Amino acid sequence: MQNANPIVDIRNVEKSFGANRVLRDVSLQVRRGEAVALIGPSGSGKSTLLRCINGLVQVDKGEVFAAGHAVHKLSTDAERIALRKDVSMVFQQYNLFPHLTVLQNLMLAPLEVLRQDRAEVEARAHQLLGKVRLQGKENAFPGQLSGGQQQRVAIARALAMRPSVMLFDEVTAALDPETVKEVLHTIRELVEEGMTSILVTHEMRFAREVAHHIHFTDRGVIVEHGDPATFFDNPQDPRTREFLSHVL
Amino acid sequence: MSKPGCARLRLFVAIVLACAALPVSASEGAATPSSFATLIKWLPLLLKGFAIDLGISVASMAIGTVLGAVVGVGQISSRAGVRRTSQWITQFFRNAPWLVLLFFCVLLLPYHFTVFGFSIPFPAWAKGIIGLALPVMGNVAEVVRGGIQSIPSGQWEAADALALSRSQTLRLVIFPQALKRMLPPWMNVYAVLMMATPLVSIVGVEDSVTVARSVLAAEGSPALLMPVYGLVLLLFFAYCAPIARCTRRLEARYAIA
Repeated sequence: MQNANPIVDIRNVEKSFGANRVLRDVSLQVRRGEAVALIGPSGSGKSTLLRCINGLVQVDKGEVFAAGHAVHKLSTDAERIALRKDVSMVFQQYNLFPHLTVLQNLMLAPLEVLRQDRAEVEARAHQLLGKVRLQGKENAFPGQLSGGQQQRVAIARALAMRPSVMLFDEVTAALDPETVKEVLHTIRELVEEGMTSILVTHEMRFAREVAHHIHFTDRGVIVEHGDPATFFDNPQDPRTREFLSHVL
Repeated sequence: MSKPGCARLRLFVAIVLACAALPVSASEGAATPSSFATLIKWLPLLLKGFAIDLGISVASMAIGTVLGAVVGVGQISSRAGVRRTSQWITQFFRNAPWLVLLFFCVLLLPYHFTVFGFSIPFPAWAKGIIGLALPVMGNVAEVVRGGIQSIPSGQWEAADALALSRSQTLRLVIFPQALKRMLPPWMNVYAVLMMATPLVSIVGVEDSVTVARSVLAAEGSPALLMPVYGLVLLLFFAYCAPIARCTRRLEARYAIA
């Protein structure tokens, strides 16, 4: 029953940066507990689309609903903050706060934004660090960790807000090949636990294994979408075929 | 690290010694041999004048830093009116001659305030502090703006995504990181201010240069000109040069971090 209503619903969204039309009439639905992968060539609008979901980018036209918030209508800071309590994001460059320890990075927003009890927040932070396999790194600073470890801290930090939707923006693109695995492993576990996830990724194998649904974007349009098996084994659109022939 | 440091220290000592020797040797040729003794006699008074320079520079820096921090943050305000006003204030006070600002303060501010019937005097040194605090404000505002904007935009984005408000982001994420980047240019502003502080002698403050002038008038010997001003120069150099060295070292350290 709850799967009937999409938790993220993007309808006919348009977005331009100057003369550059980045998104053209894009629609996309994600149901609760679903993992959706956005793939496509660079500059095709994937990251912009992701940023429209948590209001980091304001759409020009169309409607965006996420976790019960009308994102396209956001106008006040209070509304934006309410949305971001429910929709968390992990970035390509991790964007950890370098002046804070790992534990402080995790605790900052729950303490300052959610105003939760410190003991409770700290307990949850420890538990999340266990989940991303970084016990013992509580007091390390981000600069002392490898890229893969930093990205897992960033995932734990996003989870500390207890969001209902997680956005992953090319989270392995800046990592060494050997650390990509550990980050993907963490994301896979989250998806298996039923966390609604939207992933912009270049890891085709990972997208195929983890995502329930694949969307292929090219020049601001969703060209094709479908379940992984159909999408990868039997792509319909020539642009999809062309792209897949280059990356697979 | 230690080798260039040592070389610099040796150079510093050499310059100081040369400066010290210059007035003495200059005086030996033309004047009585006792000009060194004359200098020693007036030294306490000159030091007192220098202490006034010090006090004024510290007070101006404190006021200018507080105001500059406010104006600097105002320059990146999300409100266009606040932003434009702050930018205008910054540009105006950064590009105005310090001496002219000083004259404006001294001539436009009253000699005393009347509060609840009491007359509170407003002496020249207080006006001097305000006059110098204004250009400091402009320069510090620019240091603060530059420091804030030197933080990668990803930090703002991450804070945004974590639902931090703009003021929380500034206070908890941006400022703690920007502060150490602001420190070297802020110290630069202070060194420049300290060197400009003797301007207050023009508007009647009893600082080191005013004292030097009085000493020369009292002794009436033109041969003392070089030794007396040389000593003042030495005092300023001995105070400002280490600050400049420290600034350079901090810059080098934070450039790596």
